[in-house]
Amino acid sequence: MNDGKRLEIEQTLSRLLGPAEAEVGCDECFDKLDQYVELELRGADADAAVPGLRAHLAGCPACREEYESLRALVGDDPAL
Amino acid sequence: MNTAVASFATVQSQEMPQSADVSLESERPLDDESREWLRALRADGGGRDEALARLHALLLRAARFEIARRRPTLPHLRGNEFEDIANEAAADALLSVLRRLDDFHGASRFTTWAYKFALLEAAVKLRRRAWQGREVPIEPESWAVFASNSLLPDQQVEQGELLAALQEAIEDILTPHQRQVLVALALNGVPIDVLAERLGTTRGALYKSLHDARRKLRRQLGESGFALDGWTEVTR
Repeated sequence: MNDGKRLEIEQTLSRLLGPAEAEVGCDECFDKLDQYVELELRGADADAAVPGLRAHLAGCPACREEYESLRALVGDDPAL
Repeated sequence: MNTAVASFATVQSQEMPQSADVSLESERPLDDESREWLRALRADGGGRDEALARLHALLLRAARFEIARRRPTLPHLRGNEFEDIANEAAADALLSVLRRLDDFHGASRFTTWAYKFALLEAAVKLRRRAWQGREVPIEPESWAVFASNSLLPDQQVEQGELLAALQEAIEDILTPHQRQVLVALALNGVPIDVLAERLGTTRGALYKSLHDARRKLRRQLGESGFALDGWTEVTR
């Protein structure tokens, strides 16, 4: 099996089965996204402070995209 | 939050370890800038108008930022349509921020908290615009990826058995709604906000259905003897 096919199957399996870890839902993800992003940018342990959010980002492409956008938007801010 | 999502959140919080520093982070004193935003937005008169204008400008900047990130994936949209979406997103985000102002307790800076509303509004509008007029596929379109004849002989038994068991489980143990949601979101790549709009529900409620379906599939495959720890090392 070529690498492309293997990757396609793995990605499909990942999308179908989602993260193995416990995760928050979309509403809680949104509620805590700003806190999570700022903790990450400050080098703090965001996953310990907001458990389940990292797993949700792995399982929900929409929340993942918004996380990446928020991180990119505020990431260059020297105040953090 | 609807009942289903509330239930999901409760279940999840019971399963997850307690957060380590979240209470400390939530109780951080407001920074000066955030405190000034709250004071100005809760004031009367011209000061509030000026704060609202600054907030709208901030939200419009975030909406345009989101649109700029996604624009390469939307070649069929014209420039003025992007600007319309940015303005709509900023206006909707402004209403959301004001409606939820009491929810801000300083776990982040006010501007970071506000930005996420504009990013969400812009992202949702772009996803929906990209699928406008398109049929949402809720039946499997991608079972081809499961065809074991595309695998090399030494991988056929291992991967083939798993893929066959997974396909069978999807067809047998999920409710019709769970199967529809799983297939549309995870197999056919329909954005969750697009499916939510078509089905008249919310992102959170749909994700709850997706989550329940995934748990059923994991449990079923686990009971069938498949080890599911990391997809690069799927073994039985």
